[in-house]
Amino acid sequence: MFEPVLETRNLCKSFGALTATDQVSIDLRPGEIHAVIGPNGAGKSTLIQQICGGLRPDNGQVMLLGKDVTSASTQARAKAGLARTFQISALAMEDSVLENALLGALGASGRPWRFWQRASAAVDLRDRAEAALDRVGLLDQGDKRCAELSHGQRRQLEVAVALTLAPRAFIMDEPMAGLGAAGSKQLTDLLDGLRGQAPILLVEHDMDAVFALADRITVLVSGKVIATGPVEDIRASGAVREAYLGEAA
Amino acid sequence: MSTILIIEQVLNGVQFGVMLFLMAAGLTLIFGVMGLINLAHGSLYMVGAFAAAAVAGATGSFLLALVAALAAAAAAGALIEMVVIRRLYQAAHLDQVLATFALILIFTEGTRWFFGSFPLFLDIPDYLSGPVTLPGGIQYPLYRLALIAIGLAVGAGLWWLIERTRLGIQIRAGENDREMIAALGVDISRLYTLVFALGAALAGLAGALVGAIQSVQVGMGEPVLILAFVVIVIGGIGSIRGAFVGAILVGLTDTLGGIFLPGFFGLFMAPGAASQTGSAIASMAIYILMTLVLIWRPSGLFGARA
Amino acid sequence: MIRESYLNWLILLGLLAVPIWALTADEPFTITLATRAAILALAAVGLNIALGIGGLVSFGHAMFFGIGGYVMGILAYHAQSFTPLDLGAFSIAGTKSMPIIWLVALILSGLAAWIVGLLSLRTGGVYFIMITLAFAQMFFYFSISWSTYGGEDGLSIYVRNGFPGLNTLDPIQFFGICFVLLCLVLFLNARLQGSPFGLALNAARQVPARVETVGLDPMRIKLLAFVISGAITGLAGALFADLNRFVSPTMFSWQMSGEFIVLIIIGGVGRLMGPVVGASLFVLLEHWLGGLTEFWHIYLGTILLLIVLFARGGLIGFLTGKEGAHV
Repeated sequence: MFEPVLETRNLCKSFGALTATDQVSIDLRPGEIHAVIGPNGAGKSTLIQQICGGLRPDNGQVMLLGKDVTSASTQARAKAGLARTFQISALAMEDSVLENALLGALGASGRPWRFWQRASAAVDLRDRAEAALDRVGLLDQGDKRCAELSHGQRRQLEVAVALTLAPRAFIMDEPMAGLGAAGSKQLTDLLDGLRGQAPILLVEHDMDAVFALADRITVLVSGKVIATGPVEDIRASGAVREAYLGEAA
Repeated sequence: MSTILIIEQVLNGVQFGVMLFLMAAGLTLIFGVMGLINLAHGSLYMVGAFAAAAVAGATGSFLLALVAALAAAAAAGALIEMVVIRRLYQAAHLDQVLATFALILIFTEGTRWFFGSFPLFLDIPDYLSGPVTLPGGIQYPLYRLALIAIGLAVGAGLWWLIERTRLGIQIRAGENDREMIAALGVDISRLYTLVFALGAALAGLAGALVGAIQSVQVGMGEPVLILAFVVIVIGGIGSIRGAFVGAILVGLTDTLGGIFLPGFFGLFMAPGAASQTGSAIASMAIYILMTLVLIWRPSGLFGARA
Repeated sequence: MIRESYLNWLILLGLLAVPIWALTADEPFTITLATRAAILALAAVGLNIALGIGGLVSFGHAMFFGIGGYVMGILAYHAQSFTPLDLGAFSIAGTKSMPIIWLVALILSGLAAWIVGLLSLRTGGVYFIMITLAFAQMFFYFSISWSTYGGEDGLSIYVRNGFPGLNTLDPIQFFGICFVLLCLVLFLNARLQGSPFGLALNAARQVPARVETVGLDPMRIKLLAFVISGAITGLAGALFADLNRFVSPTMFSWQMSGEFIVLIIIGGVGRLMGPVVGASLFVLLEHWLGGLTEFWHIYLGTILLLIVLFARGGLIGFLTGKEGAHV
């Protein structure tokens, strides 16, 4: 059994009377895609925020590669090997596709204090950025301004920026959001190939993508883990149906 | 240093503070409700002062002068809100800063063109002039006491307006959620004009009241505006309570610092150097206060935690 | 439509051509006007690095301008009165040498920017505007109350400071110094904008959350940009004081801070040459309109309002057909 790459232990977070995260313990193992699903308001975004450093948990721990990063900053976690993508694309819209990827490469290089060199001529940055763009199929779009990209391409660029970090774990916040069937299929194939590189914690609403990709699934309802296990078990247990339909009933 | 002097200076500080509060309350209300930073708020202060001086000069009535100050500043506020400001609510802060800076230029030069560069004088009315004797035998100018009373009354009135009236409910709803007040069936653009005019009227009132103890002149508004910004940074943006506490703190710090710091430095420095250093440090006292608050609580004493 | 890079060269050549023409036509006052434009442009280029690339709306850049001015004033005052400048533990002699004054101005205004930036970047947005404005006002009142160096009346310097090998009293030579410094800083700005640091700064303005998640600290990046920005504006302040041979609290005033922003807006936010165009136009307007009416600020205010409400790209945006509507 491998050490988990990423692990939360009894994570708790409340906002006033609302308990957004309630004793959540999940882990992400090498080589897997672990999907976290749940209805709206289940606390998925709050969980991601705590894992990535945007929010401090009230209780519990976040472990990355065996180290406690519960009180580390977002930057420190990124440096330690965590790469996240955003639900709503967080890209520099005025900049080119290549520049967005270069930013990731710059972060990975750990040497942002370069004032004289041209960013696009910095070989270390450019190679890394172009490799990532190539991987997601955006290499030929490098000079385009990000604002001119289609929605689907922006989702791909999100993944490319995460790739430039050569992370130890990906955190993906609804990467399929807003994609049509074709775009969703394309991105599913891309993510499928990434798991060898680093495991993915995938928060996703698109159930086709989840069942196509996930090795394990955790179901989150009202901040609590109500089921976790291999895909077949979750499918069989009816926990998913309960989670989604139970809410409506 | 006598107790009487200290009490006098404390009263001066409170008086200065409540006037700053009138400015800061309008600014913070406008920011809280509409998300707008209004540099031209100092111009509305000036408009109030000039309107008061002009009306007092023509009629000799101080009360009419105050009414004129309120009306002129509110009207000027409503006018710029409808012509310029309402196009800026969704704009970036930079645009808001520039457009309201442009308004300062227009107001300042317009007033200079209309009234000339010489200061006007607004006299304290007979029934408010002269000193009164406070308990403990302290002689204190009646007019300044009246300013404190008016400032506190306006503060109480604002609290009542915001906490207890229908308009206040709409204002508080507007701070939280534009869509919600629209859903309540409130005409947002009318509400915004009203809030802006209210803030303007408070600034105009402050201008007129202070104009009677200082002179009424072009450019009088901006130093007060910047002090009101310091007040808001200390109190927290959007909080009327913060504006009040911040204003009193700034008023006291500035007044007491100017009086006591030279004496304080005199304890261990030569008299000449002490008064030089003391007055230089006193001129920075409120900014040092602001710095300390920023280090301790970056979003102000009563601001929402960032 | 004109390509922006061609336009940039055209603008610089224009600023160079005016004083050269004035030299042949024997119009020394025009040279002084062009020098004033070059210095104001330099100050605004400094601000543009913080405001245009970094999105930091500083309404307090007069603080750095004034620090530069007083560095020049104080050092030259001690040199012309042959009194040492007493710094408590030790004392130094004043100087009339421009390069030394520039260096001190750069360092001290950069240091001030570091401290003010550290405090005001703790909160964002509208707080930043108010805090920078307040700190500049602090320097304003401090300079008024500091009677050793003239207080409210300011400080006059009898003879312009010197530069090795040049006669700085000759208007065209002094213009040359200012123009070369402006070109150097513009070049630095251009390099900075395309550098990895510029990339990070540009992204920190647009999507700070993204910058964090790639492992960079947007605050430190913005802070450094603010320091560079303040130092450049401080250098401009030293030159401005030398141009007038006079320094006074006015250099710290909020109007000055406002004017720097205006210069940038007239030319176009975030554009390399925006400040140069803005400063040239501003000096022209000031001279022409100011000659026609003593109330020219009414027209300036109106023009500014129209630009903000209707012409977001500034003049360069208008000429190149690009809106460039960021910040």
